[in-house]
Amino acid sequence: MPAKHLGLVVIGFIMLYPVLWMIVSSLRPGDEIFRNPGLILDSLQTENYTEGWNALNPSFGTYLLNSTILVLGCIIGNLVSCSMAAYAFARLNFSGKRWWFGIMLGTIMLPVHVIIVPQYVLFSQAGWVNTFLPLIVPKILATDAFFVFLMVQFIRGLPRELDEAARIDGCGHPRIFAQIVLPLMKPALATTTIFTFIWTWNDFFTQLIYLTDPEMYTVPVALRSFVDSTVATSWGSQFAMSVVSLVPIFLAFLIGQRYLVKGIATTGGK
Amino acid sequence: MSALDELRQLRHGGVQVRKRDNKAAFWFLAPWFAGLIFITVGPVLASFLLGFTKYNLIQPPKFIGFDNFARIFSDERLHNALGVTFTYVLVSVPLQLACALGVALLLDRGLRGLAFYRSAFYLPSLLGSSVAIAVLWTQVFGAEGLINRVLSFVGIEGRGWISDPDTALSTLIVLNVWTFGSPMIIFLAGLRQIPAVYYEAAAIDGASKWSQFWRITLPLLSPILFFNLVLQIIHAFQSFTQAFVVSGGTGGPSDSTMFYTLYLYQQGFSRFDMGYASALAWFLLLIIAAFTAINFWAAKYWVFYDD
Repeated sequence: MPAKHLGLVVIGFIMLYPVLWMIVSSLRPGDEIFRNPGLILDSLQTENYTEGWNALNPSFGTYLLNSTILVLGCIIGNLVSCSMAAYAFARLNFSGKRWWFGIMLGTIMLPVHVIIVPQYVLFSQAGWVNTFLPLIVPKILATDAFFVFLMVQFIRGLPRELDEAARIDGCGHPRIFAQIVLPLMKPALATTTIFTFIWTWNDFFTQLIYLTDPEMYTVPVALRSFVDSTVATSWGSQFAMSVVSLVPIFLAFLIGQRYLVKGIATTGGK
Repeated sequence: MSALDELRQLRHGGVQVRKRDNKAAFWFLAPWFAGLIFITVGPVLASFLLGFTKYNLIQPPKFIGFDNFARIFSDERLHNALGVTFTYVLVSVPLQLACALGVALLLDRGLRGLAFYRSAFYLPSLLGSSVAIAVLWTQVFGAEGLINRVLSFVGIEGRGWISDPDTALSTLIVLNVWTFGSPMIIFLAGLRQIPAVYYEAAAIDGASKWSQFWRITLPLLSPILFFNLVLQIIHAFQSFTQAFVVSGGTGGPSDSTMFYTLYLYQQGFSRFDMGYASALAWFLLLIIAAFTAINFWAAKYWVFYDD
């Protein structure tokens, strides 16, 4: 059905047009952005990038580094803590399990806005404002219940006979978890990694609240501060830095598509 | 694996209930328990208590009874923010799900290039919540933005979509609809579960595509539609970044993009009125819970379970 394909291509093109146009415009001289709604590039200008990169003090490199450190911390935190909790929910038999499991599922739906005020009070008393701790510690404490649930579902699908056999051979739970279940969980761990990467990289609300010192700014916070501090006419450099901030997301998308699609289809992520 | 099963039964003495692993479970769940106390449920309870106080982070909290909760009922800016948020949720979510379902139907059943299309339509949902896309939106819907450039080609004179209080919210609704990719993927997974024989039988009986959609696809997909609806409503209530960036943190023009979350942020983190912000947080939780409860109640009348 060529009509169907034509329709889909047109819809897709219209949807992605603004993003493509932003990329092209970031490579044009600043004043052309207002005049040229097309996608054809006459010449390649990289001034917007150098200008945007050095517009704030420190330069954009610092923010990229900060975001990278933060993202890595969150990924490690989520992988370790969520897989441990998931193992307990999927494989261990303990008192009040259904009740705790219910609470865990409930926290998936808990909006961050509801907990942010007392959490901020707690972390500011601890002197953690303007560090990455308020952003990473929650991940180390398995508060991204979405991933716990995703991993529970995955572990439930693994054959129980494997851990039973290991048990008979005298393995305790720590070894069964580390040497049998964890290696088999790679797809679920990959899904968690890729979602944590994208969500943390994009997250603005909590980073805006906890990171107020420019030295500690992450990419979204810096980008917003850059946009606020420049006159509206310098779209070129704003677009350039926006493109820079989206490149990692785009790469994660290319590398991890398979896991993203699977993760959403089974548990309904964002 | 029957041998193993037998071994297990021997070890545990027949059909006896498996022994509890309380100690192991405690250690595996230790981080999660700590998270419950300090990061999730603990703060929810704490924010309830803070809601009864006046607290600015510097002086110790001062008990003021129900003042903060009473203020919720008299605060007109908040009522406006509720109106903005409800409009946003109730307009953008149905539109977003309609697009998701429509495109999913087009993509269903062995269409060539499915994986490519799926990725292309999904990409905006990954980008949509970023500051970068909000920056792009500010330009595209600005007075001299891309939309007005394109409109001028066909002789229509545009306006500053974002600077006009009548249209600012619509630009954010468009942005949310733009991210229909993730519910679309959930729809696609659901469509794949519907047995092809249903359609074959219906076709033999002479049912049109249209009635096949209403009588087979939609009823069988209704649990998925329900799931998407609950999830997307909860997500939409939490939108913050886009309104914040597009309005420069003010919720303007004339409070027309003042989302509830943005108002909460301003009370808590610009004015440091932590007591009122806590009360607002609780009120938000109640609103979301109410919407979810209504959804579950209404589901009885339209969600169809095929078992």
